[in-house]
Amino acid sequence: MKKTIVSVISLLILVLGFAFAESRKDWSGDNHNAAHSNIEQSQDPFDKMMLVLTHQRCVNCHPAGSKPIKGDDSHTTRALGIPRGADGHGLKSIDCSTCHSEENNDFSGVPGAPEWALAPESMIWEGKTRVEIATQMMDPKRNGGRSPEEIMKHLTEHELVLWAWDPGVDSEGIPREKPPVPKDEYIAAVKEWIDNGAIIPNE
Amino acid sequence: MKTSFTINGEVKSIDVDGKTPLLWAIRDDLDLKGTKFGCGKAACGACTIHVDGKQVRSCSFPVKYAEGKNITTIEGLSKGGQLHAVQQAWAEMVVPQCGYCQPGFIMATAALLNQIPKPTDQDIDDNILNVCRCGTYYRMRKAIHRAAEIYASK
Repeated sequence: MKKTIVSVISLLILVLGFAFAESRKDWSGDNHNAAHSNIEQSQDPFDKMMLVLTHQRCVNCHPAGSKPIKGDDSHTTRALGIPRGADGHGLKSIDCSTCHSEENNDFSGVPGAPEWALAPESMIWEGKTRVEIATQMMDPKRNGGRSPEEIMKHLTEHELVLWAWDPGVDSEGIPREKPPVPKDEYIAAVKEWIDNGAIIPNE
Repeated sequence: MKTSFTINGEVKSIDVDGKTPLLWAIRDDLDLKGTKFGCGKAACGACTIHVDGKQVRSCSFPVKYAEGKNITTIEGLSKGGQLHAVQQAWAEMVVPQCGYCQPGFIMATAALLNQIPKPTDQDIDDNILNVCRCGTYYRMRKAIHRAAEIYASK
């Protein structure tokens, strides 16, 4: 009897261990890197567009909290403690333009572009999947009532968005990383995706 | 590039590269040394001035954007020999320790009172984001509330 119980427990441990190993497989570095590599090689317009929109040059202006984040590691600092405010431009006495002007500043390393601002809370992207971001972006209830055409205009013409390909240098004089897709390819991908119905894949 | 603006009530013209930080022009070309260079990357607020009444960190403000604007530095905050309410409160509360960052804090506070004449502690926490390495934040908070009282009585 004792032998049977030991055998059953051993079998159970083996089965559970196997199941755990299988569940971990999808999240292992190799598989994740392979999947990301496939997306990077992809010519699918949605893949190309989302490689840009999930890059820190875009996500840093769509932070999960109420305050801006910066840098390739999306960190925050006391100086960046200015809350988003009602219109995304900060507060009455201190706002984005206290530090940011309409162009990058090579002396201070402070980035700049016209209409420098945070996206509204309804358009928080940080921590979301690309499907969640795309769904949110195309939802008029959350995107400021924009039509697909207006979203296309924002994504492909707004100077603040296109700043991502002219991000200037940081305070150490080091050039900021640009999104992983060239600007013209990104613009073409956005137009193709929206012109073809803005289909969001099931993932 | 020639740029003209009004600073502390006087019209001035300077001839420098338009991308030059306004702080450099104020200190080196106009010889107004009250505004301080701290971090040089708009993080500490020591260089805070007012441009058309709004607080701006002048180390990151290109001179060309000052064209035609009305600029106030710490030297121009008092009027007619009378201390500004913030300066008076700062003196009453003996706020400064080393004092280096104080012109920036005073200018940021004056800008705050222009927008929110009676700020709460939360307003102060949200709007005054300058850095003081001596840690005089506690005295500054008291002085900001005192400045609001003086401001209201004037």
